[in-house]
Amino acid sequence: MKKSAAAQRLREEASKRILLTDGAFGTMIQRYNLDEAAYRGDYKLDHDQKGNNDLLVLTRPDVIDAITRAYLDAGSDMVSTNSFNANKISQSDYKAEALVTEMNRQAAAIARKAADEYQAKDGRPRFVAGAVGPTNKTLSLSPDVNDPGYRAIDFDTLKDVYAHQIAGLMEGGADFILIETIFDTLNAKAGIMAVMQESQRLQREIPMMISMTITDMSGRNLSGHSIEAFWYSVRHANPLTIGLNCSFGADKLRSHVKTLSGLADTLLMAYPNAGLPNDLGQYDEMPETTGHFIEEWAQTGMVNIVGGCCGSTPEHIAAMATAVKGYPPRKMAELAPAMRLAGLDPMIVPAE
Amino acid sequence: MTDLSADNNKAARFFNIGERTNVTGSARFKKLILSGDYATAVEVARQQVENGAQIIDVNMDEGLLDAKEAMVTFLHLLMAEPDIARLPIMVDSSRWEVIEAGLQCVSGKPIINSISMKEGEDIFLDHARVAMSYGAAVVVMAFDEKGQADTRDRKIEICKRAYDLLTGIGFPAEDIIFDPNIFAVATGIDEHRGYAIDFIEACKEIRRICPHTHISGGVSNLSFSFRGNEPVRRAMHSVFLYHTVQAGMDMGIVNAGQLDVYDVIDPVLREACEDVIWDRREDSTERLITLAENFRHDGGQQEKKTEEWRSYEVRKRLEYALVKGIDSHIVEDTEEARLVSERPIEVIEGPLMDGMNVVGDLFGSGKMFLPQVVKSARVMKKAVAHLLPYIEAAKDKNARAKGRIIMATVKGDVHDIGKNIVGVVLQCNGYEVIDLGVMVPWETIIEAIKEHDADIVGLSGLITPSLDEMVTVATEMERAGLTIPLMIGGATTSKAHTALRIDPVYSGCVIHVLDASRSVGVASALLSDTQHDQFVTDTAEAYQKIRETREGSKQSQLLSIEKARKNAFVIDPNLKPPAPKQAGIHQFKDWDLAELRSYIDWTPFFRAWELAGNFPAILDDEVVGETARSLYQDAQAMLDQIIEEKWLTAQAVVGLWPCRRRGDDVLVNHNGKEICLPMLRQQMAKRADRANMCLADFITEEDDWIGGFALTTGHGIEPHLARFRAENDDYRDILLKALADRFAEALAERLHQYVRTTLWGYAAEEDCDNLALIQEKYKGIRPAPGYPACPDHSLKTILFDMMDVTRSINITLTDSLAMWPTAAVSGFYFGHPQSSYFGVARIGEDQLEDYAVRRGVELDIARRWLTPNL
Repeated sequence: MKKSAAAQRLREEASKRILLTDGAFGTMIQRYNLDEAAYRGDYKLDHDQKGNNDLLVLTRPDVIDAITRAYLDAGSDMVSTNSFNANKISQSDYKAEALVTEMNRQAAAIARKAADEYQAKDGRPRFVAGAVGPTNKTLSLSPDVNDPGYRAIDFDTLKDVYAHQIAGLMEGGADFILIETIFDTLNAKAGIMAVMQESQRLQREIPMMISMTITDMSGRNLSGHSIEAFWYSVRHANPLTIGLNCSFGADKLRSHVKTLSGLADTLLMAYPNAGLPNDLGQYDEMPETTGHFIEEWAQTGMVNIVGGCCGSTPEHIAAMATAVKGYPPRKMAELAPAMRLAGLDPMIVPAE
Repeated sequence: MTDLSADNNKAARFFNIGERTNVTGSARFKKLILSGDYATAVEVARQQVENGAQIIDVNMDEGLLDAKEAMVTFLHLLMAEPDIARLPIMVDSSRWEVIEAGLQCVSGKPIINSISMKEGEDIFLDHARVAMSYGAAVVVMAFDEKGQADTRDRKIEICKRAYDLLTGIGFPAEDIIFDPNIFAVATGIDEHRGYAIDFIEACKEIRRICPHTHISGGVSNLSFSFRGNEPVRRAMHSVFLYHTVQAGMDMGIVNAGQLDVYDVIDPVLREACEDVIWDRREDSTERLITLAENFRHDGGQQEKKTEEWRSYEVRKRLEYALVKGIDSHIVEDTEEARLVSERPIEVIEGPLMDGMNVVGDLFGSGKMFLPQVVKSARVMKKAVAHLLPYIEAAKDKNARAKGRIIMATVKGDVHDIGKNIVGVVLQCNGYEVIDLGVMVPWETIIEAIKEHDADIVGLSGLITPSLDEMVTVATEMERAGLTIPLMIGGATTSKAHTALRIDPVYSGCVIHVLDASRSVGVASALLSDTQHDQFVTDTAEAYQKIRETREGSKQSQLLSIEKARKNAFVIDPNLKPPAPKQAGIHQFKDWDLAELRSYIDWTPFFRAWELAGNFPAILDDEVVGETARSLYQDAQAMLDQIIEEKWLTAQAVVGLWPCRRRGDDVLVNHNGKEICLPMLRQQMAKRADRANMCLADFITEEDDWIGGFALTTGHGIEPHLARFRAENDDYRDILLKALADRFAEALAERLHQYVRTTLWGYAAEEDCDNLALIQEKYKGIRPAPGYPACPDHSLKTILFDMMDVTRSINITLTDSLAMWPTAAVSGFYFGHPQSSYFGVARIGEDQLEDYAVRRGVELDIARRWLTPNL
């Protein structure tokens, strides 16, 4: 199996400094005030396409390209593909399932082209993470409170949905697969298996980046897993990075990143929201504020890669880039040999 | 963790694997699963967790079971129990497809029990690779192509071989658990005497030559020959574990409730066990058997702790069950609480709500997490379901169902716990809740509102994009012409967002509901005849204040009246209807009831009877169809009588007058005098392509026409109502009133048609059947004073004066401007084909002042009439 040169390069870069990933796409897309016709383009689709951000890689590639470049200008070492919902399940809401492969291929191609151009300009390596969202289905929870044994989807179906998306992203030129905003740990496990499956099929290593999202202040995701339990549940993926995204702003996410930082024997990537949404659902944390929080993360050696999620903009990324400059990267945790089991909570059976 | 001995090696930690959820190991569990009683089976798992199990073994290998299905069903249920799911699961089966099905249901890092080289190395390694792809640890049985390992050397040999194979493919050594087979001792068979020693010695060696691995075993096998004598078995297990743990066994299938602390075992019994395990005496088995008789009946003290909460008083028990999400006793406890309560509803309002409040507080402070709340809600529902029949029975006969509430988590959001709790609480309080589930698009919500004729809609969402989706739903509801109240709830929703973003786009009442406990108060106020207006006004005022405060220096959401007027709706003057064929006043003293009968819109009739559904589909409705049919039959019979015996007289008066428009006034030329009909204009900021509507917009500056009408079908009704009341016949009393109302609406429809085709005659060729009429597929509108397009009820007085309604057809207005008889309708006719219905909604102080002048009343009076729009 062919090893990933990009993963090796990323590790090298990450050993030298704290790297920057990008910020939100949705927030930036909103600035364009696109109407339905812009979303739809020339596609003949039954459903209203407004809000189908993933379709824009096909109908308004200029917009996605411009956002990608804005992040690269801001200092991102890595850009993610605009493909968070480019999977058959999410796209079925828009009756656009047939476009999923093309969407992912194109999403990756846009990011690839921009990243390669910037890398050629200044020689600094740029990376493309193929973004894979959680879909709107959960394998761990019943959507019906009266029927806790019910599941709206099964493991194999979800795995195939992921594999389908991942194939498109890899074809379009993604370096890594970023399984992000994980609210259901079992969904992530299906995603991991899909990557493994695609990796076998393509006979090449597909490095994984795995990122959990916390849904309550106790530090658990929606399926109920604590950060530690989550990490042990996905550690078999041997991911290039493990981390947290979305959830809260940098200040509220800090203690959770800290927890993970002490547990992760791999690179840690965290990309919080631009604060907590205000009463109107808007993120109004100023870039300087975000930068201030992130600088403290850098100072205390908590992270290897930082970036932004909901509400963040190139201005936030630029502020982070300034904030982390000159600080040494986080050192990976070392874990004593042990069987690290997990239910919703971790259970460590020491092996010595 | 079971601390086996205080003086034990500190590093020796032993992990208990619960074995009670194993059909091969527990007769009780097997029985429960075979009978499909999964709820109790889940309780078995909970009990063993409470007894200290740290890993849950689940096994469904039973010939009579579809093991795969049973595994999936049970694991799905376990995953919904946070108390249990917090622990790792051991997926146990001799069939690989059952194991893999189980792995697909378990979200943490589980253990597979087991794989072995029984069928050769290839299959062994295949299974190991699959285990790696799920991230599962594995139990490796000391079993190879030749069979199960019994001696020390065979155990070591097989485990080492497996170790090398597994680590050779990259399987993490720390995720390997060897099971070197614990066999029974003290069986009376000589070959068995050394089994315990073989096991203990093999453990030591395996841990030495297979670094980082673990050792497990089924401890109860050891004491197989003492079945039925729990004290002796406990002692044997405890003594055996004391030694095996030191030898490196760090996990084991042990009935967690059946272990003693080594040091407190009766010294004589302990010695006897040591003898057996180490095979120290020729007669050790016999001695233990003899000794065992003395201990046979010393058992059962372990059971108490688990069930301790069962001894609490009933309120505490309910609270405990809700907080813990345990539903196994909820029905009996609820029943007990009901028996000591005066009214069954008090159980809900008291202990159950108290318990849910505890849940809410714990959740709010991060001490409980989401899945637990889901469980609590389920317990609550079960309790409520038990109480409902009693509440129904206790209801007094005249009490009405309180209202139908549609609830939905908006598109894009999967969170529904809060919504479900609100739903439960509302149901508890007598509301009918139709829950559309999660990820509900606005189309579905609006369809459901219409289909179910909902009284209130509740939207829920937890994630921030849901806020925008709620605005979309509200916008679409407005576009669909809905006016029912809209309740907003969910973690990220707020009063501010509701006031600033949702309220302005919807002309019906929009209210943010902070939590489930408040939903009942809100719903009851919204649906109350007496509180509704005040409540809506208060809410609107509160939201207006928020908007004012929020907007600060910024422009308010309302346009100034000047601006709104600049954005008036512009009609095409070329489409202006011609002058009426028969202008002036027309009076109808006795419209033919038989004709009106065919104009009746039956849907609202059934609605009046709280039967949901559209006519005629309602007659075949699964739920209410039978009732609806019987009601419809009775209605038809009464209609026959009404018409035949002429119980009612349908009377109407129509006026058609020349008029012109001056600003927002319509100036009606009435007998040579201009009478001013001031109209109100929408002041909300509109999207670019939408006008700020006012009824005056449908009239041209010069040479136009307007109509007015008033009608009643209520004359003659009183003697019949009196007769029914005298006969205590509520049914016919209500039936007649409802039919009179229907006749009034039918006459309004028929009269409007007559005006369009004949009196005014601008649509002489119009050809509408009844359905088309009901759907308003004709040109022109007939807005009524007091309704959204013309919210000032007081215009009725002008209208009545112009047509001399009170004298001609004897409809009177009450002080609050309601019409009497009640089966009456009045309004204006606008003939322009572009005229349409709309809601004026909120207006500004500037328009209010202007309106008071135009209307010729004091500002305070205008304010009073228009309070709902301010």
